[in-house]
Parts: sequence; structure tokens; C-alpha cells
Amino acid sequence: MKDNITWKIAGEAGFGIMSSGIMLARAFTRAGYHVFAENDYPSLIRGGHNIVSVRIGAKPFLGMNRDLHMLVALNTESVEKHRNELREGTLVLYDPRDKDWKASELPAGVKLMPLPLRDIVTQLNADVIMRNTIALGASVALLGAPFEHLSSVIRDQFIRKGAEVVDQNIKIAQAGFDYVHEHFSGETSVVLSPGTYTEKLVVVNGSEAVGLGAVRAGLKFAAIYPMTPINALITFLADHAKEFNIVYKQPEDEISGINMAIGASISGVRSMVATSGGGFALQVEGLSLAGMVEAPIVIDLGMRAGPATGMPTYTEQGELLFAIHAGHGEFPRIVLAPADAVEAYAFTTLAFNLADRYQIPVFLLTDKYLNESQWCIPVSFLQKPVTIDRGKLLTGDTGMKDGEFHRFDTESVDGVSPRSVPGTKHGQYYANSYEHDGTGHVADDAKGRKAMADKRLRKMAAIVKDILPPTQIGDKDPDITFVTWGTTRGPVLSAMDLLRAQGKKVSVISFPWVFPFPAAEAKELLTKAKRVIDVEQNATAQLSQLIRTETGIDIQERIVKYDGRSFLPEEIAEQAMKGT
Amino acid sequence: MATLTAEGYNTGFLPTWCPGCGDFGIWKSLQGAFAKLGIGPDDGLVVYGIGCHGNMYDWMKMYGFVGLHGRALPVAQGAKLANHTLPVVVVSGDGDCLGEGGNHFIHAAKRNPDLTVIIHDNEVYGLTTGQASPTAKIGFKTKSTPEGATDEPINPLALALVSGATFVARGFAGDMPGLTELMAAAISHKGFAVLDVLQPCVTFDKVHTYQWYRQRLYKLTQESYQPTDRLKALEKAMEWGDKIPLGILYKEDKLTSEDREPALTSAPLSSLPLEPAHWDELLNEFI
Repeated sequence: MKDNITWKIAGEAGFGIMSSGIMLARAFTRAGYHVFAENDYPSLIRGGHNIVSVRIGAKPFLGMNRDLHMLVALNTESVEKHRNELREGTLVLYDPRDKDWKASELPAGVKLMPLPLRDIVTQLNADVIMRNTIALGASVALLGAPFEHLSSVIRDQFIRKGAEVVDQNIKIAQAGFDYVHEHFSGETSVVLSPGTYTEKLVVVNGSEAVGLGAVRAGLKFAAIYPMTPINALITFLADHAKEFNIVYKQPEDEISGINMAIGASISGVRSMVATSGGGFALQVEGLSLAGMVEAPIVIDLGMRAGPATGMPTYTEQGELLFAIHAGHGEFPRIVLAPADAVEAYAFTTLAFNLADRYQIPVFLLTDKYLNESQWCIPVSFLQKPVTIDRGKLLTGDTGMKDGEFHRFDTESVDGVSPRSVPGTKHGQYYANSYEHDGTGHVADDAKGRKAMADKRLRKMAAIVKDILPPTQIGDKDPDITFVTWGTTRGPVLSAMDLLRAQGKKVSVISFPWVFPFPAAEAKELLTKAKRVIDVEQNATAQLSQLIRTETGIDIQERIVKYDGRSFLPEEIAEQAMKGT
Repeated sequence: MATLTAEGYNTGFLPTWCPGCGDFGIWKSLQGAFAKLGIGPDDGLVVYGIGCHGNMYDWMKMYGFVGLHGRALPVAQGAKLANHTLPVVVVSGDGDCLGEGGNHFIHAAKRNPDLTVIIHDNEVYGLTTGQASPTAKIGFKTKSTPEGATDEPINPLALALVSGATFVARGFAGDMPGLTELMAAAISHKGFAVLDVLQPCVTFDKVHTYQWYRQRLYKLTQESYQPTDRLKALEKAMEWGDKIPLGILYKEDKLTSEDREPALTSAPLSSLPLEPAHWDELLNEFI
């Protein structure tokens, strides 16, 4: 029996590869397992090679590794493309009608499991597109799980299309399940140990986690131009707009999007935008506007491999320094970097509070790996109460005499002055992109300008008390200290476990909050460390550049990856061992 | 409520426009229209672009948003969606609205938000000291077109009509009573109202003077013209030369951008509670 298995389905785009991964993942969370799923696909709708990998564990784990226990190959190409990932004991489920490859070319010990997908589809009078459903039934049988969880997931997935569609899909999955029991009953090598989770888990991608956080925080307006990898957030918001009184607007471009969000914000609602690097490049002008008019907004920047259009469907952490430095002029901002879906949800609720509290733009620096992978989150965590802090927001009536209200009061100690919204009585002001006085009238006198710039920048000092400090996990007096940020934390923590198994003492420092940078805390942690290795998903080690700027500490060793594929723990552990 | 007068919207700041600028007529007419409609300084929002027109806020007492060049319309749409009971007027220029913000203009018209956009149309960029604007007619000599403009000018009214605007009108800065009435009609219209205002630039345009316009302008009357046919309106919009029409070219009742939002069937978003109802049901979708 296995505590962990990794299952992979591959085939041509348009054949339900993506949905198969989610359905398998949900079937196993319902059975008490921890799951994680990651996709890999080109920027095409039909014809490209799509892959979904699902890891299922009886106990919690942090992400993928090099294991591959089962490959479901929906076409010839799928076997050929993944030949190098196969190892002794890997089960390869394939349709004998696709078998153009030679078994002798596969690594020794691979177990071939012919599954007549096309014949079963024909027998059941079903569409060829449903081969993935047969494979799901067969996979569940090989993993030693009962059929009921898969059938319940299929029911929930297709119920909107009617009972007939549900029955047809269940029948087809059952055929795959039964075929395995009839023909491969002796195959028990990938049977999973019983799941240990007793509480309910949701399975969401990172974009949905951000969406849940936004709904929980009271988001009312989002203007998002479609762009990979944040499209699932659009779907989530548009699907739930009516139910939660949210306006999701598809703007004509990202420039319009951020200006709409700023307009909604100064009108008094919580608003956000989401985009990737190229779209954010267009929003830089608007970011500066938000800084100037002190409009709270949340920006979800889903990073992908750049520059320019880059590799739209592949991951990177390339916008750390861009997010920190973007915008003409000097103004405060906060940049948060969630490492997984739990943090994507929690940091989103936090981001809206910080934006309101300081009347500034707040970034969620996510990436393709986070946004499009499937993660599980305990329902109990999502049911915990959430604090909502709207900061110094005045509605109804400011209670002041006509002309007394100063929206941009430079006397405010923390730089944050009470704001009214259009319609607030005795609260009239101008949200002005020009430098301005307390009421918002244009002002370019030297003294006034300095006072207003100081007012805005004083927020940076006030924010310090809210900073989430870097976390340190691992051994005391470590041989190796890894430094990382955002989603690279998961693979680095898994690498730590691998190195510890080899007798190394290892520690991981991770930055969930990257700007304003927690320099004092970083300096204290890093000064103590012996051998420090910076690990990040970009070519120029942007975090180490930031650390050097902020602390003067120059991290000598780095493990960087910028081929668009997420880190595997083994890669990090091997590179770290090379240096010993 | 005390009776509102145009003077009630003064701020104490004095206009910095050139003496004789067409912007004066537009400013005074807008104050008059707000007073006429009973929209007080705390009751509405004016979103300004960047250009000579945009400096109006300093002497216009009304909630204001002075946006980035070209971006007034998106800000206005966001503000309106957040509070769909709020009167929102956009004060923009020909360069702001049709140059830098051209894409926003087309798409705003397509959505039909309940906004009024007043375009200060004088064929030049005044604040940057006199370059050709998108509405500059062929042959018009400016600092950026010393031999005369060579490109086709954009026709704001025709563009508004083909893009879906539901109220399209032309006014003249030299006719304050007529302009006040047009502005009040535009603001009262439920939908995207485009009011192109011909406005002499006394400093950088020695051709299109008040007199030049007065010799050519004529008013559309109820007897002579019905603003109900988009194609006929397009014909009127193309009329330029010895005779230039003023007035409402087109008006149509149609669902607005806000009407079509399922989230806006009741109170404004800005007045709703933040805590989501049905949270557990939402989580159940992902189990």
C-alpha cells in the first residue's frame, strides 16, 4: 500500500483532460485524502498536448515530486512524451488502438495496462470525448478506492446538464472501474493506504482561493481583462455576481480596468483588478493614480513567463521587483506573496483591510503555478470569522461645516486621513491626479507639495506594525539555510525533508510579505545563517537583489529556475548537495 | 432644500483660462444645468480629464475626480456602478476623449452607462500650447501641423452614433442658454449621453472664431427634425461647412449598463453589507 501516489493524464487538448484532474482530486478528498493537481498545457484551445498531474496522499504534503505511479495516455504521443518520466513499477494505461510506440523502448519494469477506451465508448454508444471518464473509473479501481466517491463527484459535476448526462457519465466511469476488476484484479501495487482526513476539504485553484477571499472580504467591484493565468477568477466572479451582489465588468483593456476599479473605490466599495505581467504593464499609470488619489485597491498580479507575451501558460516569479518599483512618482504600496491556496485566500482578505486602512494599492503577487493548480483547504479554516476593517471611511455626513472637511489632511500622524465618498454630506473634495491641497485643489507651492508628499509617504512607517515577518522553519544551527518567497516555499520545504533524510541540518526562511521589506527581521535571521541559498523561480534572483538593497547582505548561492516549469524538491536538494 | 443657483457652485478660485475662452461658457452652462436639476455640490460627481477643460474643477464646487489624461470615462463608469443612484458627468476634451481615451469612448458608448460626457471640442491641445487634436480639420495649421493637418478628423457625433450612444447632441460654447438646456437634457437622459461642444480657442485658433461659428450654426427644431432615427442622425452628424447643426441629433430609450447588472437590482453596492450571505453554500460548491 502506498501513502502517496502521483497520477498523470495526458492527451490532446479538448478531450476533458483538465476536468479529469479536478474530478479525481475531489473524489479522493471526499474519501479523506489530501490532494494537489498541476496542469501543463500550451496556449491553444485544440490540438496541443495537455497534461494534468494529481498527487494523492493519505497524509498532507506540499506539492509534486518526481514520482509517477500511473500514466493515463489518451494518445500515442502521451506515451512518447512522458517516456523519460516512467520508472520501474509505473502503470501505463493506454488504448491498444493507439499503440504506435514500442514497449521495448520504455524503461524496464514499466507495467503496461491495455484499456480498450475506444471499444468501450463504441459499445456504450458514447462520444469519443468521454474516454477520460472511463480512465477515471479504471484509475479509481487501481488505487483501491470504492466507486461511490467518483460517482458522487460526477453527479455534482454534471447535474446542471440533467439526470441523463449524469447517468451516462456514471455508466461510462463504471465500465472503466469494472474493466479493471475483471482484467487486472491482481494489480495492487498502487493501492492507497486509507485516507486520514476526517474533516471536509474544498478543492480550489489559486484563482478561486483569491475569489473566495475577495467575496469574504466584501468585494463589490472587479474589472478584469481576460489574461492567463487569472481567467478562473473571472469565471468565479461572473458566476457568483448575482448571488453576492458583485459587479464584474469586462473592460476594453487593462488601463480601463484599473481606472474603473479606482472609480468604484472612491465611490465607496471594495474593488480589485487581476492580470498578468503584460496587462499590469498597462496598469502602471493607473497604479500611480491610485497612489496619488489615495484610493484603496487590490491588484492580483498573476505572474507568468515573460518578457512580452512570453510563455502564457507557464509559471515564473519574474515580477517581484516590477511590482515593487512600478509607477511614476513615489507613493506607498504593499506587496504580499501567498505561497499556496490557504494563503491566497487569507492574504486576499488581509489585502482588502490593508488597502482600506492605508488607502493604498495592495498587491497579491500570485503566479500560474498557484492560480491554475488545484489545492485543498480545510472547510473549517474557511469558516473562521474574518475581520473587516474599512479604515477611516466616512459615509452619510462628515458632521463638519461647509468647507471644513479636508480629505487630504496633511496633519494626520500616520499619513492616513478620513475619506468621504461622493454623496457624503459636507464631504465634498476632489480626488486629484495633480498634486493638491487638503481639499484636492491643485497646489504646486513648494511647502504644500512637500507636506503632501510626506503625508503619503508617512504611511510606509505606519504599515510596519502590520508586516507579516519572514518565517523560519527547520533545524536549529542549520548547515543549509534556504531563502525563498511566494509559491517556491512548498518545493523548498519538501527539499528540506529530502536533505534531512540525508543527515543534513536544514532551515527555510520564507517571505510572505515582500514590500515594505521586513529588513530588520531579515537581517537578524540571515546574519545567523552559515550557508545561505536563495531559491526562486526567475533568472536574476530578484529576492536576493531586494535583500541586498534592503539589508546589505549579499547572498552568494542561488538556485534559480526560469524554464516555465515549477520547481521539484529533488532538483533543489540535488543542487544544494552539489555545493557541499 | 434651498434653491440652487449657478453661483452656489463657485469655489472662490478664479478661472485660469484665457480671456474669451469657450470653456467659460461650458462651465457656466454646467453650473446652470446642475442648479436646474437640483443636483447640489454633495450630490453628484464630475470626472474630469486632463487638458484646459479639466482645470474646470478648481472653480466647480461639486465632488470631483481629476483623472489621468484620457481615462475619465473608465473612472466614471466604475464610480457609477458602485453607486448607480449617483449623478455622474464627465468633462473631457477632444484630445482627452478621442485621442488618448478613444478606445474608452467607443466602449463606453457600446455599454450605455447612465453618464453624460461633455466634450470640449476646439481642434487643438491648448494646455500643451497648440498642437492639432483628433478633431482638427484637414489643412488646419497648428504647432504640430505647420503645413496644415493632413489626417481625416474624427467626427465625435458620428463616432458616438455608430458606437451605440443613446443621446447624441451638439452645443456651442457661445450660446449659454441653449447649452444649459442641452446639458440638462443630456444629464436627465438615462443612458450614455454625448454632448460635443464647439468651442473657440481664442489663443491657438485664429480660424474657428465665435464669429466663424455664428455664421454657420443653426438650431435643429422639433418642427424640422426628429431625433429618433440613428441613420438620419448620422447624416446630420456629417453636415459640416457652410451650415453646422446644433441640438439633439439622436435620443433613444434603452437599458443601461447598470440596468443590465444583476447585482444592481436593489440598493447601490456602496450601501450593501460586506459580509457574504450563503457562505457555507458557496464552500459546498468546491467540496
